[in-house]
Amino acid sequence: MKKTLLAATTALSLAALSPLAVSTAQADVKVGMITTLSGGGASLGVDVRDGFQLALKLAGDQQIELLIEDDGRKPENAIKIADKFISSDKVDVLTGIIWSNLAMAVVPKTVRGGTFYVSPNAGPSALAGKGCHQNYFNAAWQNDNLHEAMGNYANDTGYKNSFILAPNYPAGKDSLTGYKRFYKGELAGEIYTKLGQTDYAAEIAQIKNSGADSVFFFLPGGMGIAFMKQYAQSGVDIPVLGPAFSFDQGILGAVGDAALGVKNSSQWSKDLPNAANKAFVAAFQAEYGRLPSLYASQGFDTANLIISAAAKSDPSDKDAFRSALKAADFESVRGKFSFGSNNHPIQNIYVREVIKEGDVLTNKIVSTGLEDHQDAYAADCKM
Amino acid sequence: MSTLLIVEQVLNGLQLGVTLFLMAAGLTLVFGVMGLINLAHGSLYMIGAFCCAWVTVETGSFWLGLFAGMAGAALVGAILEVVVMQRLYARDHLDQVLATFALILIASEGTRWLFGDVPLFLDVPDAFSGTMELVGGLTYSKYRLLIIGVGLLVALGLYWLIAKTRLGMRIRAGESDREMIAALGVNIRLIYTIVFALGAGLAGLAGSMVGALSSVQVGMGEPVLILAFVVIVIGGIGSIKGALIGAILVGLVDTLGRVFLPTLFGLFMENSDATTIGSSLASMAIYIVMAIVLAVRPQGLFPATGSGHA
Repeated sequence: MKKTLLAATTALSLAALSPLAVSTAQADVKVGMITTLSGGGASLGVDVRDGFQLALKLAGDQQIELLIEDDGRKPENAIKIADKFISSDKVDVLTGIIWSNLAMAVVPKTVRGGTFYVSPNAGPSALAGKGCHQNYFNAAWQNDNLHEAMGNYANDTGYKNSFILAPNYPAGKDSLTGYKRFYKGELAGEIYTKLGQTDYAAEIAQIKNSGADSVFFFLPGGMGIAFMKQYAQSGVDIPVLGPAFSFDQGILGAVGDAALGVKNSSQWSKDLPNAANKAFVAAFQAEYGRLPSLYASQGFDTANLIISAAAKSDPSDKDAFRSALKAADFESVRGKFSFGSNNHPIQNIYVREVIKEGDVLTNKIVSTGLEDHQDAYAADCKM
Repeated sequence: MSTLLIVEQVLNGLQLGVTLFLMAAGLTLVFGVMGLINLAHGSLYMIGAFCCAWVTVETGSFWLGLFAGMAGAALVGAILEVVVMQRLYARDHLDQVLATFALILIASEGTRWLFGDVPLFLDVPDAFSGTMELVGGLTYSKYRLLIIGVGLLVALGLYWLIAKTRLGMRIRAGESDREMIAALGVNIRLIYTIVFALGAGLAGLAGSMVGALSSVQVGMGEPVLILAFVVIVIGGIGSIKGALIGAILVGLVDTLGRVFLPTLFGLFMENSDATTIGSSLASMAIYIVMAIVLAVRPQGLFPATGSGHA
């Protein structure tokens, strides 16, 4: 009886092994993607997903098995999906979360439980400093990074009196903190607006009367569209600065010409000259019929990072897979990319300007805002 | 802080109030006349904005778009009333909330399916682009003045409709006693459909006009819906006059609170703390006003005169 059982299990495990034997030495990696595909902000999740899937398709990679679920931007959904992915689907890597509050709900528990998490977007400061973890990798940025680059740009341009505003929630506060960390001038005013606010008449009137020489704002999604349109209507002509989130490809169409000429900071731009990026932009347009966004580039890079690690080692060997991820041995569409000691990117942050190509609003790089930039929290990370 | 800035902020508050009135008028009529809690009113606002953006892009005329926004929302409203709402009048409020919440989900996903996730482009018409000078060197956005004007005209028109016309008389009668007016041979069903479509059309008008200033996207209606509910609670359910005064009160409190509370706190505390506490308090201001009104006058400021249900 015992022998039959042994034989049967051996046969079964051989059967399970056989596809691996005939293919290359690559390992099977199961990736669970939790992202926002419905409700407010769904366009971000859709772009991350599309970028990720494009990378898998281009690599012709059969070794990555991708499962996708929609969190509807709700932390409780994200937690449920993560539990299901980890306990019943037995995924090796989780990814996909867009929003910092959702990431905070899912990531710490996931990585402590031994599952890898690779972030394609959110980079809350709490996970970069004391709360860092060896199984948590961020392939996008730490939340403060793009704002820091804008603060630095304001110094370089000679702005001395900035008016700054952001929504009253953690990422909004991170953003103004990031700007102020580098910006050396005076503040003409500092406002926290309501999250989801759509009318900025009162704030714009304050800006007009503040005597500011520049306006820095972080208002992601529809808030930024509303602000820019109303700002253009108000006749105020103080130059505007912001992170890429309010001037990204998915949003520019709705803002219209009001965005023309605005300087914004990004770790990626569609006109970056490296070969990987050129191929990515062309392939994305061919596949989906639209220009890729910042988020699509992050999804694409995240997928390629995981593919590169899977090519080197089997995820069941956690240590080997971890060092394979940490090596970041892939062609990033951003050009130079590596991980710092806290598994967050060291990368250039560029300053872009909104321009018009034919009828389409898009961005072009005007300068490098911060070179090989690392986040401010890395020193607090003890791994 | 200069007088000019204060006057400008009052105008901003007035403009916000007037747009809230357009939303609240339909909500309060439907609640007052039919006794129906309609959570899907915000979806009608969104449908209006999408119709407006789509027609404006297709025809190149914002004015056609504005008309389409109003007509589209009114049409959807009429269809909803006949197909869904009529079954809900006799049910209790929980059933109404559940059913109209389902309508929100259907409208949001349906709009996403038709138009996609990317926000639509809709801009202010050229004739009303930019600013104009008012008295005393005050410059103000032409388009916002247009919104204030349209809102006040609608308020006048509604007053005339409800107080001076036969239809208005029947609506008021239906508000007081729906069985009696039906017994007198008035087609109360038709009146309900008309009232609902009228409210929907006003929501569509508000969505179209605000859409040109903010962004036209799925889910744009729900934040406005919450404010509109605050307005009708303050103003008194079923009362157009209450909706107008409540809306302007909410608009002014919200705008002026946002501007002056952080400054006020800045007088006696650290600047960054003042900004944080001031803005947090500002976002609570209208709810505090609502709580005070409810404590002092639980019927709202101008309760509808009809003593019927609702």
